Parts: sequence; structure tokens; C-alpha cells
Amino acid sequence: MSHEQGSYYLPAPSYWPLVGSIGLFFMLGGFAAYLGGASMTFMLIGAVILIVMLFGWFGTVIRESEASMYNAQVDLSFRWAMMWFIFSEVMFFAAFFGALFYARQLSGPWLGGAGNNAMTNELLWPGFEFLWPSNGPGNVGGDFKVMGAWGIPAMNTLILLTSGVTVTWAHWGLKKGSRTQLILGLFLTVALGFIFVGFQAYEYGHAYTDLNLKLTTGMYGSTFFMLTGFHGLHVSVGAIMLLVVLMRAIKGHFTAEKHFAFEAAAWYWHFVDVVWLGLFIFVYWL
Amino acid sequence: MSSDITANDTHHAHDEHHDHGPPSGLMRWVLTTNHKDIGTLYLLFALLMLLVGGALAMGIRLELFEPGLQFINPDFFNQLTTMHALIMVFGAIMPAFVGFANWQVPMMVGAPDMALPRMNNWSFWILPFAFTLLISTFFMEGGAPAAGWTMYPPLVLQGAGNVPFMIFAVHLLGMSSIMGAINIIVTIVNMRAPGMTLLKMPLFVWTWFITAFLLVAAMPVFAGAVTMLLTDRFFETSFFNAAGGGDPVLYQHVFWFFGHPEVYIMILPAFGIVSQIIPTFARKKLFGYSSMVYATAAIAFLSFIVWAHHMFTVGMPVAGELYFMYATVMIAVPTAVKVFNWTATMWRGAMTFETPMLWSVAFVFLFTIGGFTGLMLGVAPADFQYHDSYFVVAHFHYVLVTGALFAIIAGVYYWLPKWTGNMYNEKLGKLHFWLSVISVNVLFFPQHFLGLAGMPRRIPDYAIQFADWNFWSSIGGFAFGLSQILFLFIVLKTIKGGEKATDEVWEGADGLEWTVASPAPYHTFATAPEIK
Repeated sequence: MSHEQGSYYLPAPSYWPLVGSIGLFFMLGGFAAYLGGASMTFMLIGAVILIVMLFGWFGTVIRESEASMYNAQVDLSFRWAMMWFIFSEVMFFAAFFGALFYARQLSGPWLGGAGNNAMTNELLWPGFEFLWPSNGPGNVGGDFKVMGAWGIPAMNTLILLTSGVTVTWAHWGLKKGSRTQLILGLFLTVALGFIFVGFQAYEYGHAYTDLNLKLTTGMYGSTFFMLTGFHGLHVSVGAIMLLVVLMRAIKGHFTAEKHFAFEAAAWYWHFVDVVWLGLFIFVYWL
Repeated sequence: MSSDITANDTHHAHDEHHDHGPPSGLMRWVLTTNHKDIGTLYLLFALLMLLVGGALAMGIRLELFEPGLQFINPDFFNQLTTMHALIMVFGAIMPAFVGFANWQVPMMVGAPDMALPRMNNWSFWILPFAFTLLISTFFMEGGAPAAGWTMYPPLVLQGAGNVPFMIFAVHLLGMSSIMGAINIIVTIVNMRAPGMTLLKMPLFVWTWFITAFLLVAAMPVFAGAVTMLLTDRFFETSFFNAAGGGDPVLYQHVFWFFGHPEVYIMILPAFGIVSQIIPTFARKKLFGYSSMVYATAAIAFLSFIVWAHHMFTVGMPVAGELYFMYATVMIAVPTAVKVFNWTATMWRGAMTFETPMLWSVAFVFLFTIGGFTGLMLGVAPADFQYHDSYFVVAHFHYVLVTGALFAIIAGVYYWLPKWTGNMYNEKLGKLHFWLSVISVNVLFFPQHFLGLAGMPRRIPDYAIQFADWNFWSSIGGFAFGLSQILFLFIVLKTIKGGEKATDEVWEGADGLEWTVASPAPYHTFATAPEIK
């Protein structure tokens, strides 16, 4: 559709959503088949299609944006949408944090006989005392050691908090028109993000080899790895977003007034930062 | 809610856009970014799923026609109940409402389209792929999911190869819903015509606005719950395994934290549709517009803090039972505000009973029955008796069939002339209504008696004393099912042709959508109308 200058941009018919649906279909259908014993072929094909879609779709959006096809109202639509997308992500993490609190505060103590559950404990799990971190009365996954909070996790907290500062510093640079500050700040943020992910990977190795702390280590292992794992995944996604923004900044995109992509990535980055603080406090520390 | 719309001439706007009409061929529908096309896709997909889910229900009623095992083995019966629910909830009711939102919200707020048209296409086109994954399980070794749509562990984890397909289908449906909901929120906050203040928005827009927030908050939690199922089944986590320090009841909490708002996701847009229709045919303004808005918001808020009333018999602490009971019965207050509003709107109105009004009046009566049985179920000690019985089945079918589905059908009759430019056949519409409203009561009302007499839900066979009411319920079921073939016929016939509809369509209709031509032009409100 042709576009009248100044009016709300309505995109022409597009192939990308369909490509995305096909990619998701192959990736998730292939994953399901893989879990049933098939090969990973379809899953990988789906992942490739999905990556092609992301390049194509976001590429289109970036071209449209650079061609000044988006007016202020479109910009505002993007802002609202990103905000509520992040909120939906918050709710996804809430499910896992909820599971953690429920096990630690309610169902775990009940297994140990708390409340009116003395007979449950006596008949089903005699002698079991619930102490978090726990892999349950069945000692599922075998004896393990707890992941300490004040080694790598504390360092990672500092790294993420620092990256929150550098991304804000980059934003200041963009707003006052200093491209050097923008690029340097973004580069530091992305670097800190990937260092964080590297440390997490190292920590996982340490947990598996030295602590016998695995995904299979009862409720502690389940909540530990699912929460930190999904968080690590989100940090990776956020770092990739910031990397794209960095490359666009190097290419000369964005102006001091209009730079929604930068802000969206920055919001997302602060979101993973805040989730990490929750993780550090409730998974590692307390 | 304003009727003082400056006659913005959308016909002119349309003329300017003549060269931007719909492209032809199949790819129009696959690649479209137009809210009306996408709305149509959603609605047709929902109709298809309604018929598929209905066919499964016919299988259920066939087996329950008389005691004993006649046609279907018990495992396949469980597959039927599970898939019937999943298909109806996620394939029929929810997409139908999103279809209404796509067609109506931009027209009702005076927007040129949805705020994010490409993402709008993606929200829809995920659905057929998701249901391909889900329905393909019928043809797998071990068959389709059979542990109930609520997917409780540990039973669901004993399912065959279908488990990951079901879980990933749910993930896809969740993505679709979240993107659809975000689109609706953004359209409403950012695309309203000048002068369309929040408290001038039609109630259908309001109810969808609030529903969209419920979706964005609840669907990710569901995604989390089924992800835990996936890792428990395939990666040896212990979320729902007591030996590992987890708890199967944890799943129920997480699931119903999603599941209860989901109930309101399926009924709030129905409230919206009925709140549009009743004032039109009573030829009066809605009795209390702002109280409807606040009641909707109150219901939405309460929906997040009452989830465990689905789990009264699971062994919660007494304090929990009491809290969830009191919180639950509080929902009766804002719901009553709504029912009194509809009644008061009709009071001394110049009422006529065209087909949409018939369905809406039936909605008010029959949804209220479902609401009252809901109150009964909300009382914890009474629920100990009703739990998992046919009383529960009767309750939620009154809410979902004579509630949500009736409102959807009412809305289709109400807006179909605007969408197609043709009037439906009023005689056939009324016939469809009377056949449906009688048969649906024959179908579901006896299930109250069955439940109170002790018949459990989700069983293929039953004791002999339940035979009579099951017989009648099945008769009603077959009749209700067949009546919907008539609905299909009426809809297709109206799409093909019929008496031309006027722009206003209904004498008492109020709102922006009635100011544009019938059928609504491909692009409406390219320049925003001014609302005074």
C-alpha cells in the first residue's frame, strides 16, 4: 500500500509472519518428534527458518524506520507493545518463582510434617526433615553441594548492574549526539552481557562436575537450573538485541530524538537485570 | 458511547483508496495485514473448530446415550473429552472473540487498522499450525492426550507420544494469544480517534481491553506450567514429584492461576457483545455505562485471586479454603451489577426481538443460571459434594455454551450484515435460535440432576440409575449439534447473498461502525473521524 506522509503506517501484505509460523511449526513439531526418538533434523530446519524470518522481518522494519515511514504514533505503538511484551515475560518468570516459593514455604515443609501433615510424614516419608535446599525425601539425584552466592554469582551481579550503568551512559551519549559515547557504551554493555553468560556456563560446569548439582537434583536442581537457565537465555537474547543496536549505531542509525530500537533493547536489558536480582536473592543467597 | 458522531464521510475516504482494495486469490488471506481479513480468518477458523469440537462432543454423548460400553473404548473416550475441551476453549471460543475484536475494535474506536498489522497476521497464522500439531496426535500411536484439558500430573505424564505435541501446541497458542492481546491493547490505547475518550468507548471495546490484560498476564503462566510438565517428563526435573521435594498440587496452583483468568477471558468479551446488542433492540442507552466498566475491571481483578476454588478438595489448609471461598463469592457482586444493568436497560424499552436480541436475552437468563451454580460451587463445604461431578459439567457448559457461545452467535447475527453487506434470513435465524435454546437446555439442564445424584464427570459408563437423564441429555446434545449445521448454512448463505443491508442496519444501533457503508469498506477511517 502506498503511504501518505504523516499518516499511520499500514504495512503491505507480508510473507514474514507465514515464514515465522512455518519455522515455529517445524522447530516445535521437530522437537516433539525428537523427544519421541526421531532425529533433530526437522527441529534444526525449523530453527534455521525462524532465524531467516527474524533477519527478514526485523530487516524490513529497520528499512522502513530508516526511510522515515513511522510517525510518532507508530513509535508510540511500538513502545506500548514492547512494554506489555516485557510484562508477559515477567509473568513467565513469575510462574517459576511461584514454584520456588511454594516448594520452599508450603509443600516442602508439609512433606516434613508441618501443619496438619504429621501423618503424611510418618507414613510416607518417615524421618524426613525438610531443609532448603532440598532434593526431597527421595534424595532424588543423589547427594549434592549447594551453589554458594558470594563467588561467581556475586560477581555476575556486579557485572549485570554495571552493564545497566553502561547502557544508560550510552543512552546519554545518543541523546547529546556523541556517537563515540554511544558506541563505546553499547560495546561495553554487550561485552559485559556475554561475559555474564560465559560465567554462567562456567558455573554450570562447576555445578555438574564438582557439586553433583544437576537439573535432576530434586526440586532444588529443578528450580535452580530452570530459573537461571531461562534467565541466561533471556540475557543472551537481550545481548543479541543490544549487539544489533550496536551495529546499527556504527552504521549511523538513530537520532537524538528517535531511537526506539535502542530504548526497547535497553528496557529489555533492565528487565533481565531485575530478574537477576530476584534470582540472586532467592535462588543463590537466601 | 457517544452517538454524536460528526458525520465523517468514510465513503469519501474509501473512494480515495479504491486502488488499495483487497488483492485477489488465496494469497490475499495468507499474507494479509488487514484487520477485517484477519478478523474473517479468525471467525471462520473458530467456526471450523466449533464443528470439529462439536463432532467430538457428539461422540461423547453417543457413548453416554445409554449405560454400558457400546461404541467407544474408555481410553478413546478420555481422548474425546480432553480434545473436545482443548479445541473448544483454544480453537473455537477464544479465536472467535479475537475475530470480533479484529473486525470491531478498529471500527469502533475510529482507527484505520490494528496498531501492528503484520504481527496481527502472525497471531492468526500460528493457530492452524498449532492445531495441526494438536490434532495430529489422534493419528499417533497411543492416540491423543487423554488426561483432561487441565493436564494434571502425574496422570498426564503417563501419556504416550502425544505429550510433547500437546505441550508445544499450548506454547504456540499462548504466543498467538499474547501477540493478539498486545495488539488489542495497543490499538485501544494508541489508535482511538480524537475525542474518543476512554469513557466514551463502546463496552465491547472496554471488555476486550480488560480481557487483553488478562491474556497478557495469564498465558505466560500457563506456558510456565506446561514447560514444567515437559521437563518433568523428559528431563527428569522434580517440580511435581514429591520424592524430589516437589508437589503435584503445585501444578494445579500454577495451572489455575492461569485457568481462572482464562474463564473470564472467555466471558468478558461476551459481556461486551451483549452490552452492545441489548441497548440497540431496547432502543435505550445502556442503563449504567460506567458501572459496567467498573464491574468488568472488578471481575478481572478478582479473577487473579480466586484460583484455588477449583481445588477445594485437594487438601489445602482450612485458612486457604476460607479465603478462596470468600474471595470467590465476592465475584457475584460485580457480576450482579452486570445482570441488573442488562435487565434495567430492557425495562420499559421499546423492545423488538430480532435474532441477535433473542440470543442476547437467552444469554442473560442462561448465563445467570451458570452464574448461580458457580456460586454453589464456590462454597467450599458444598463443593466437597459437587466436585468432579456432572454438576460441574453442567455449570461450566451453561457459562461457556449458553454464555460465551450464545454471545458469539448473537454477535455474528448482529454484525454479519455490516461485514457482508447482506441481511441474514430472519426466519431461519429465529428457527436456529429456538431449536438451539430448547435443545441446549435439554442437553445441559439434566446434567445438574446427574451431578447432584452423584454421577462423576469424565466417565464412559455409569450406574443404571443415571440412565434416564443421560438419555435426555444425549437427545438434547444431538439436536443442539444438528441445529448448528443450520447456523453454518445461514452464515454461508448470508456471505453469498441476500437482501442488501443498510448502513445503519439496525434502527436503534449506536456507534461508529454503523456510520460506514455495509459491507464495511476494506479500509475504514483512513482519516480519523471526530467524536464529540
